[in-house]
Amino acid sequence: MKTIEEVQQDILEEFSLYEDWMDKYAYLIELGNSVEPISAVEKNDQNLIKGCQSRVWLVAEKKEGHIYFRGESDAVIVKGLVALLLRVFSGRTPGEILHSQVHFIDDLGLTQHLSPTRSNGLLAMMKQIRLYAVAYDRLDN
Amino acid sequence: MEYDVNKIRSYFPVLKQQVYGKPLVYFDNAASTQKPVQVLLKTGRLYTEFYGNIHRAAHYMADKTTDAFESVRDQVQQFIGAGSREEIIFTKGTTESANLVAASFGEQFISPGSEIIVSEMEHHSNMVPWQLNALKRGAKIVKLPMSRNGELQTSLLSELITSKTRLLAVTHVSNVLGTINPLAQIIDAAHRKNVPVFVDGAQAVQHIPVNVKALDADFYAFSAHKMYGPNGVGVLYGKRKWLEQMPPYQGGGEMISEVTFEKTTFSEIPFKFEAGTPNITGVIALGPAIALLQETGMEHIAAWEHQLLDYCTHQLKELEGLVIYGEASQKSGVISFNIDGIHPFDLGTMLDKTGIAVRTGHHCADPLMSYFNIPGTVRVSFGIYNTTEEIDRFIEALKRVVKMLK
Repeated sequence: MKTIEEVQQDILEEFSLYEDWMDKYAYLIELGNSVEPISAVEKNDQNLIKGCQSRVWLVAEKKEGHIYFRGESDAVIVKGLVALLLRVFSGRTPGEILHSQVHFIDDLGLTQHLSPTRSNGLLAMMKQIRLYAVAYDRLDN
Repeated sequence: MEYDVNKIRSYFPVLKQQVYGKPLVYFDNAASTQKPVQVLLKTGRLYTEFYGNIHRAAHYMADKTTDAFESVRDQVQQFIGAGSREEIIFTKGTTESANLVAASFGEQFISPGSEIIVSEMEHHSNMVPWQLNALKRGAKIVKLPMSRNGELQTSLLSELITSKTRLLAVTHVSNVLGTINPLAQIIDAAHRKNVPVFVDGAQAVQHIPVNVKALDADFYAFSAHKMYGPNGVGVLYGKRKWLEQMPPYQGGGEMISEVTFEKTTFSEIPFKFEAGTPNITGVIALGPAIALLQETGMEHIAAWEHQLLDYCTHQLKELEGLVIYGEASQKSGVISFNIDGIHPFDLGTMLDKTGIAVRTGHHCADPLMSYFNIPGTVRVSFGIYNTTEEIDRFIEALKRVVKMLK
C-alpha cells in the first residue's frame, strides 16, 4: 500500500493534468459522485460534522488495526474533497494518520477548505479523522 | 442626467483586478463594498499631512484633525437629514450601534415584563443584541412575522404592539431578500402607541435616499464599509430626546465632563457616547465616500441599481429550477436564489473560479433560512459600479456551472 504522502502526490498529479479550473472541478465532481453513499440511518447527528455551509457525515470502523472511513456531504464539491480524504486516510493505522501532514487540499487550490475561518466542514472532518485515530490508538495501548 | 458608470468604475482601482485569470465581477456588495480612490487618498493624506488626536490638544495638528473629523459629522447629518449634528454618534459599525442602543436604552427603559418587537427578517446584528438584552432584563422578544414573498406582515403591528412594548427593531432593507420595508408605515404604527423604532439601515443608505427626519425614525444605524467607506466605522443616529435620557454606553476619556474619585459627570451628546479615541482615520475617510454618493445622487444610484436588479432577475427566472427568495414589490439590488438539486456552496465555489464573487450561506440570518427551510442561498448584490455586461457574464457562467453540477 502506498504511503499517505504518495497518495497525496498521486492526487496532485492527476489534477495537474487539467489546466482549466472548470475541468479540475468536473473531475472533482466525478470523484464525488463515485463515493459510495452512506445510508440514511448513518446520516445521523452523531456522524454529522457541522460546518458553516455544507454538511458532512463521517463514519469510522476499525478492522484488524486499520481504520476504515466512509463519508458524504450534501454539497457536491465537498463530496469530491471527501472522496479524496477517504482515499488518503481510509485503511490506515492510527499511527499513520497521526504522523501525516495533509497538504494536498491547499496545494490543489480548489478552495480554501482548510482555513479555519472558512469552516465548511472539511477542516472539522480532518480533525475528526485525527480524533478517531487518537481514540483507536488509545484503545490499542 | 446620464449615469456614467464608467466614470464611477474608474474611481475603484480594485475593479481592474483579475482573479484566476478572469476579470473580477464583484457581486458581494451587501457584505462589503470596494473603496474608491478618494477614500484611499484621504486616508493617506491624513497620516502624511495633519494627524493628531482629536478634541484635546491645543496644537495645529490636533486642531486640523478635529476639524476634519467633526466636518464628517456635519456631512453625515446632512446625508441622512438628521435634525442636528449632536444626534450623530460614531461607532465601530451597525452592530455596535445596535448594541449601544440595546445596552443603554435597555438600561433606562427595559425592565422585567417589557416586550421588544423584532422582525423575522433581521440580520443577527439586529436580533442578538435584543435577545441578550431581553435575557438580562427579563424582557420578551416578540416576532414581527414575514410573508412568503419576503414582505413583513405590518398589518399585525396593531395587535403586536401592546402597553408592554418598549421598542421595535426592524431593518430598512433586508440583506438577504432585498425587501425595502415600508418604514414610514411601521414607524407610524409604533409611534401611535408611543413605541420608539430602531432601524438597521446598513443595506439602505448606500442604495436609496434616506431621510431620518422624514421617516421619523428614533434610531438609525449603518456601516461605512458597506457604503464605499473604510472598515471599522459606523453611525448611530438617535433622536436627541432619547439620547439625552440614555446613560453612557462605555466609560473612558472624551465622554466625561468632570471626574473626581467620588463622581463623574458626563459630556453632552454626542460625546457622552464616544468614549476613548475614536477611529479618527476611518471617520475622516468616510467623508469622501459620502461625497461620492451625493455627487452621483442617491436617486440616480437607486434607479441604476434597480435597472440592474430587473435585468438580472429577468434573466435568472429563465433558468430551469431556479427559485428566488424575496419578491417584495419594493426591492433593492439584492437577489437570493437556489437552483433545484444544487447546493448553494457548490454554485458559489465554482462561480468564484470564473471571476465572479457572490455570497453563499445563511447570510447571518438563520431565522430567515429556517423560514424558507433551506441551508442557505446564493446571493448577488449590486453596487454603484456594477453593469449589465457583468450580469451577462454572471448568467453565462452560471449556466455553465449549473450544467456541470446537475
